[in-house]
Amino acid sequence: MPFLALANIKKSFGQTQVVHDFNMAIEKGEFISFLGPSGCGKTTILRMIAGFEQPSGGTIHINGKDQTRLKPNQRNIGMVFQAYALFPNMTVFDNVAFGLKVAGQPKAEIETRVKEMLKLIHLEHLADRYPYQMSGGQQQRVALARALAPKPQVLLLDEPLSALDAKIRVSLREEIRQIQRQLGITTVFVTHDQEEALSISDRIVVMNAGRADQIGTPSDIYNRPTTRFVASFVGTLNIIEATIVDPAAGTVMIGDQTIALRESIADKTGGETISLALRPEAGSLSESAKGDTALTGKVVSANFLGSVVRTRIAVGKNTVSFDMFNSPDLVMPAPDEVVTLRFSAGDLLVIRD
Amino acid sequence: MKMSKFFAWLAIAVGVTYFFVPLLGTFEFSLRMRRGEYSLDAYGSVFSDVQFQQTFGFSMLMALFTIAFGMLLVVPTAYWVRLRLPQMRPFVEFVTLMPLVIPAIVIVFGYLRLYNSSSYIPFTGSTFGTNILLVMSYITLSLPYMYRSVDTAMRTIDVRTLTEAAEILGAKWPTILFKCIFPNVMSGVLSGAFITFAIVIGEFTMAALLNRPAFGPYLQLVGANKAYEPSALAIIAFAITWLSMGLIQLVSRFGKLTQSRP
Repeated sequence: MPFLALANIKKSFGQTQVVHDFNMAIEKGEFISFLGPSGCGKTTILRMIAGFEQPSGGTIHINGKDQTRLKPNQRNIGMVFQAYALFPNMTVFDNVAFGLKVAGQPKAEIETRVKEMLKLIHLEHLADRYPYQMSGGQQQRVALARALAPKPQVLLLDEPLSALDAKIRVSLREEIRQIQRQLGITTVFVTHDQEEALSISDRIVVMNAGRADQIGTPSDIYNRPTTRFVASFVGTLNIIEATIVDPAAGTVMIGDQTIALRESIADKTGGETISLALRPEAGSLSESAKGDTALTGKVVSANFLGSVVRTRIAVGKNTVSFDMFNSPDLVMPAPDEVVTLRFSAGDLLVIRD
Repeated sequence: MKMSKFFAWLAIAVGVTYFFVPLLGTFEFSLRMRRGEYSLDAYGSVFSDVQFQQTFGFSMLMALFTIAFGMLLVVPTAYWVRLRLPQMRPFVEFVTLMPLVIPAIVIVFGYLRLYNSSSYIPFTGSTFGTNILLVMSYITLSLPYMYRSVDTAMRTIDVRTLTEAAEILGAKWPTILFKCIFPNVMSGVLSGAFITFAIVIGEFTMAALLNRPAFGPYLQLVGANKAYEPSALAIIAFAITWLSMGLIQLVSRFGKLTQSRP
């Protein structure tokens, strides 16, 4: 039985249904990210797990126990909020001790546990500070320690890095992942930042309009998106329209060029238009590049982005982008130059909406 | 100097003259009790008057009860409206503004009609009951100021997220309200308390018509019967008000300093 089980969860606000029959089984110690654009229902699901919202239907079980109708203060869940939500009138020590004091733990135990937590987040020396005397990153680490102090069953992270600057965001997300692994706590993380989700999750749930479009490992989500939405939302992806020539042979026509796909399209019919996905990093202009497939097109633009040069070429009605790693001897393609893009047929995915 | 600046300074000069000349005149007059020289005799006379001490003490006590019970009413109401009943906000704001548009004399006559000694709730039947009624009337009068100052203080903190943070850590409503919310709106509570104090100390209508020995009716009594002491009392009353205003400034500045950085 999964540690955290969400079964047929529905949620409506008035006439609007924001979560549709959501099912998910999370194992103990897993780090799951809910990824999606604003309004896709990811925060609503998190708030239902926390108990701040009541599902309109379905059940939530943690460790085999039905939590669906329990109040937030009865669930033993830790939560970190986007806005830190530290109590401004309390010191760091008192903030971390809050949950333990509420639970009526003995003073000595509280002190030991708080010190342990502050050591975990490397802020032992700031125990007497007030939240307004600390930076955003420090405040969010304190919020994490406060959530973990009462030893919750599940840790919920509601976009905890959104309010921080880029550099701190990266270091803090690594710290969160390290602490999560160290404690082995089941964690649900909500974010709209794909890089965050891809970098620290065991599995990612890509949410779209109140439904889980795809649930899978970061590699699955990135390399094998199953829907057009996932393909377009996660990473930069070329969506290429192609016409099927021979379904049995797996050949398609892009513009006036015919190529063979590795993925079977035997279920399709000849003349049908399908969408293919190709990552920008999958292609290369080099003649020595590995790849059994080639597309010839005219360069539309070539932009220097620092570590890579992103080139866009026109192939029939499609514009295909691909990235080349920057190097001092790299020659940037000129606009209107005719080039051949080489890639493996295995990198072309058929989008099945 | 630009014309607009000239008129701005002129407006300030007229305003300052309008407010301060009478005050200076009152102060100067209050020092003239001793013939031919300035002295603080009028103030000495006021402070040594047993009635002054009694009425001022009574009003102070009433002010303290008004602040305590008023805040017990206002803080949970403002919190609840902000958290759970935002749709009730216009209605609550309207109710809290009513004492500003309904004259105190109308309110007190309403009270006397509802709570007289032959009514179902005969507050005016005893001294203790009348004192309770007086405190309730003061709470009503100070409601616009108390509610606004507390509500403004709540706007500066994220009440909803703080509540949720406390709740998920296992806290129940009394803990959330008194340990997580109340201390963080303290600047608003204190501002409301000082304004309430200033209002209650000088209030006349309610105390006079409920026949309670408060400072307001005493001011009127002295004003009608003595020459220099009323001026001294007016200056003392102003000093109390200004002290309250100064303390409001102080606590609101302190409140701003301790705001959580985003």
